Amino acid sequence: MHPKELIARRVAQEIAPRSLVNLGIGIPTLVSDYLDESLGVFFQAENGAVGMGHRPPEGMTDRHLTDAGGRFVSFVPGASTIDSAFSFGLIRGGHLDLTVLGALQVDEKGHLANWMIPGQYTPGMGGAMDLVTGAKKVIVAMQHTAKGEAKIVPECTLPLTSQRRVDLIVTELAVLKPEDDGLHLIERAPNVPLEVILEMTEASLIHDPDVPEMRVGC
Amino acid sequence: MHLAISMEEAVELIPDGATIMLSGFMGVGVPDGIVHALAHAGKRDLTLISNDTARDATGPGPLFAAHCVRKLICSHMGLNTIVQAQYASGELDVELVPQGTLVERIRAAGVGLGGILTPTGVGTRVAEGKEIVTVDGKDYLLETPLSADVALIAARSCDYVGNLAYMLTATNFNPIMALAGRTVICEPEEIVPVGMIPPDLVKTPGVLVDHVIKKTA
Repeated sequence: MHPKELIARRVAQEIAPRSLVNLGIGIPTLVSDYLDESLGVFFQAENGAVGMGHRPPEGMTDRHLTDAGGRFVSFVPGASTIDSAFSFGLIRGGHLDLTVLGALQVDEKGHLANWMIPGQYTPGMGGAMDLVTGAKKVIVAMQHTAKGEAKIVPECTLPLTSQRRVDLIVTELAVLKPEDDGLHLIERAPNVPLEVILEMTEASLIHDPDVPEMRVGC
Repeated sequence: MHLAISMEEAVELIPDGATIMLSGFMGVGVPDGIVHALAHAGKRDLTLISNDTARDATGPGPLFAAHCVRKLICSHMGLNTIVQAQYASGELDVELVPQGTLVERIRAAGVGLGGILTPTGVGTRVAEGKEIVTVDGKDYLLETPLSADVALIAARSCDYVGNLAYMLTATNFNPIMALAGRTVICEPEEIVPVGMIPPDLVKTPGVLVDHVIKKTA
């Protein structure tokens, strides 16, 4: 299985029926591909969509209907549109059940950095700071390392997105959960030995001698 | 229609050095005609308030390509290579604002509030130099209102008294910015007789709209 597919499938298991969910750009976007549509989940986007569906067939797109990345989407039955103030009211006001975001770094405290690399690249935070601050649950979905460099570190060196602790970190190697006493390794990807995860992670991990495997059936 | 002006007249209403709000989200819901006209006119030293800078040739993109903008206030500029280069060289002064804070600062100006209190940004770089206000034991940043000389609005439909209706995700910042510009200029996709937009679908009452750009055939 492709690493990104593995991450998306595992995150999809965290989504509750009839919840309101915001998926970030990149790997998080893939999550909706692995979700049972009968769950009745509504996908929200910062630009004011509540109830986004898949990209419509060629010739059936509308330039007024896009996701937060500007890509054409469709609407599911029961969808609605709202302005940007209302959209961030949903996000900041605690009405959003879950947000799934990518990250540049996550640390032992569960802090997330994902909006700038000083001196190199400053894309800006977009809606990320509001999402991480306001969503009921925050999941980081990302590759475990970037070009061989650890992304799960003792303390973020990049500017933080929020002081709020994220709830879960899902990578192609492991599932991690930040708690008061530190970062817990709670699952490992199929056929990935514990030693590999520890080697690819700069942060200290708390774990049982036997870490269970993720269940990601196709 | 008493509100109608030509594109040329609209361009003349915006002097060099003006602060403008430009609606839109990744190029969707942007009044593209006036953007191109301002770029073509070679405006200088504009302060641009916009959610994002889209890509090089979309949304506000042409304004950067034509070096019209001196200061940018936005939430995201990661996908526009011209903006990234101008930021790196120091040509462009940038203030990054979290998106939910940006829209509320604009709304605050538009609805007469002296600012807003938001938990977003507490404990981050965004909080630097800002007052923290504690309400019921929770910390909030005091964020100040953001107004502009001109708000440039894109609407799906506009009627003869300036009532505006928007479409789907092209709504985004439009109804909020239409409250906050001292002069509001709308570039609609169509102009329709009064009564064609049902009252419940009007999201910006015509009393807020100063000028409507009429397409010339």
